[in-house]
Amino acid sequence: MPPTTVTVDFARLRPSISMEGSPLAQGPNCPIPLTDQERIQLAHGSGGKLSATLVRDRFLPHFSNEALTKLTDAAVVEVDAGRIAISTDSFVVQPLEFPGGDIGSLAVHGTLNDIAMMGAEPLYLSAAFVLEEGLLLETVDLIVASMAKAARAASVPIVCGDTKVVERGKADGVFINTTGIGKLDPDFAPTPEKAAVHDAIIVSGPVGRHGIAVMAAREGLKLEVEVESDAATLYPLVAKLRESAGANVHVLRDPTRGGLASALNEIAGSAGVGVELEEHSLPIPGPVNAACELLGFDPLYVANEGILLAFVDQSACDGALEALRSHPLGAEAAVIGRVVTQHAGLVTLRTAIGSTRIVDMLPGDQLPRIC
Amino acid sequence: MKYLSEYRDGTIARSLVQKIKHTASRPWVLMEVCGGQTHTIVKQGIDQLLDGAVEMIHGPGCPVCVTPLEQIDRALHMASRPNLIFTSFGDMLRVPGSDGDLFQVRARGGDVRVVYSPLDALEIAKQNPEREVVFFAVGFETTAPANAMAVLQAHRLGIRNFSVLVSHVTVPPAIGAILDAPDNRVQALLAAGHVCTIMGWAEYEPLAVRYRVPIVVTGFEPLDILEGILMAVAQLENGRHEVENQYVRSVRRDGNRLARDSVSKVFEVVNRQWRGIGEIPLSGLGLRDEFAEFDAERKFGLREITAIEPQECRAGDVLRGRLKPNECPAFGSRCKPEHPLGAPMVSSEGACAAYYGYGRFRATTAVD
Amino acid sequence: MCLGIPGRIAEMDTDAELASGIVDFGGVKREVCLAYVADEVEIGDYVIVHVGFAIAKVDEQEAERTFEILREMDQLDELQASGEVAAERSLGQPRVEDQ
Repeated sequence: MPPTTVTVDFARLRPSISMEGSPLAQGPNCPIPLTDQERIQLAHGSGGKLSATLVRDRFLPHFSNEALTKLTDAAVVEVDAGRIAISTDSFVVQPLEFPGGDIGSLAVHGTLNDIAMMGAEPLYLSAAFVLEEGLLLETVDLIVASMAKAARAASVPIVCGDTKVVERGKADGVFINTTGIGKLDPDFAPTPEKAAVHDAIIVSGPVGRHGIAVMAAREGLKLEVEVESDAATLYPLVAKLRESAGANVHVLRDPTRGGLASALNEIAGSAGVGVELEEHSLPIPGPVNAACELLGFDPLYVANEGILLAFVDQSACDGALEALRSHPLGAEAAVIGRVVTQHAGLVTLRTAIGSTRIVDMLPGDQLPRIC
Repeated sequence: MKYLSEYRDGTIARSLVQKIKHTASRPWVLMEVCGGQTHTIVKQGIDQLLDGAVEMIHGPGCPVCVTPLEQIDRALHMASRPNLIFTSFGDMLRVPGSDGDLFQVRARGGDVRVVYSPLDALEIAKQNPEREVVFFAVGFETTAPANAMAVLQAHRLGIRNFSVLVSHVTVPPAIGAILDAPDNRVQALLAAGHVCTIMGWAEYEPLAVRYRVPIVVTGFEPLDILEGILMAVAQLENGRHEVENQYVRSVRRDGNRLARDSVSKVFEVVNRQWRGIGEIPLSGLGLRDEFAEFDAERKFGLREITAIEPQECRAGDVLRGRLKPNECPAFGSRCKPEHPLGAPMVSSEGACAAYYGYGRFRATTAVD
Repeated sequence: MCLGIPGRIAEMDTDAELASGIVDFGGVKREVCLAYVADEVEIGDYVIVHVGFAIAKVDEQEAERTFEILREMDQLDELQASGEVAAERSLGQPRVEDQ
């Protein structure tokens, strides 16, 4: 996603608000049944004592860093003077947990990756939660711990946050918004407009794992798949590319919703170039292929959360591949196509049997089909 | 994937294309019956590779496309009812009825759920005894045994809150209708491999004799289609008109008897409307009276419903192979997947959707 | 019509009131109803699966035999080959009334 300007609203988390006389302030005589105390209640979002407890006991221990623990209205952080990248994204995935991750880790990786695709080094994150009344506190713990782990692994602190609670039925468990800030490198600023004819198009890893893992975890389809979500922070790969190819990296994009096809169509469209893919070069893991066959899906449209697409000047292609492959996340990096002079704005695929077809955007999501 | 991936071998495919080109002394006109075969042909660019050596006309084998408008409207009506869970295969959700589609019903609060198997719909009924569950039983002969089993199980287990909205059609009458048409150009047929897995091919033998057309029971992968085309062309060149089986790994002459027995127990042959084509006598399946309690139409009193098809939609001509999708005036402009005029633009098996999705209307398709 | 995918039977439960099993499609497994092939399959066999039902046992012998013909195609004279392919196929087909 391109960086967006965002206004962040921070909740007042002042433990000093008086709750005298309120049933929530009572101890063991509290009329709320014990089981409800294991779940999110509306009061958790009201800014009062229960909110404060939630933040103090369930968020702070995981997210702890200097800026956050001050709990001021806004976090104060250091950035170098000049331009910064900002990106925001909201996460509404169902189910909340799936093989290889959960909505929390997804929310961290997703925004960090949007920053990284600008060639920027992610610095800080914010995290805002809309919790559904009735959500198990155990689930909150799991999500928060997962976010903290992902953020720590990326060395990016979560410096501010917000919590709201809505009535049962109004939020599918939890919605998370993360906003990230990153430090731009003036000498390394890939954008679609830089795509050039004969650029090699590289994918950093196997395709389709996230979408299939999430789909399989949904109740309805009852599939057991040997594949996990690939959700991961991609900045280390971006750093490798910058090191090896510098300004020869023309475009970076993480192909999330809509898969490779959508990302490539967007780039081809905004850059006004043609893209040609080679079917036999696409690294599609066996289980992803099998699941797609069964459901009638095309792997090119399946979401990914831990791979990137890079358009690299053909002279720098081999070096870029080597650099990616030197990192565990990029071990299976491969060239999957190139930028061509023909059919500006369109993406084509040369099939394994030697024909060519257009790879278009889909109007909506893929649906499992019988025919 | 074993028994799948090897049938996509590029070298063998190109070899088969060469053979077809060398064997065909003129551009014979072939029809592939099944939507799944159309999908492969367009997606894999098989017609592109054949380059005019033969002409492929796309047949009506898309059960989603030919489901009558009235049936879609019944589905929309049921899905809108409170306390009812409407279950369906994914393909049906975007098919336009007289007034919107199932997706839009879901957006308005209807409980519409996609299932992979009819038994999953039955499971939903078991788990929600206080709600009615309706399953949209669409398909050709391939799917009828699965839908029959769901009804038989419901009957056996006494599941009263389950019913099916039936829209089953059968292939041979449709082939007859196409070959009977005065302007028919089809000279050979690729029969649907999975339909014949259930039905066998005996019922195609009289058709081959009567209309003097070679009929080759064909699979769905590129090598299957190409081999089927080669076998049909070889027959045409030699003046033969027999039924042959290309899809030997799945089809036997007698098909699957157990499956057919289930279907006969639950369903009977009825007249059916084919969307865009009209009524084809004895071309459909309906629930037998013994299973009336599982017939959603009877259960919910929805037998009488009239539906109005947009005038501009040429689905019927496309399904009969009279018109290529990109020859339709509305194609790509007033009719696109985002706002389809008819079913063939929506269903992933529909010829119109395949042509649009795989780029058969853009100025620059072939690159080399 | 339609989507029928080959997979290998990994587990079978024929005692269940409705014969079922787990089919492995190559890293993806799903429960499949085996009622329509129950008498002819065992664990390790391949079946064609459509909407959660096995509709046929894959005839592996026939599959190998006919695939060999395809593979050998490059080595035969092109014009001759097309006629031979058709002839070999017709000869190889079991002409039996019952399975």
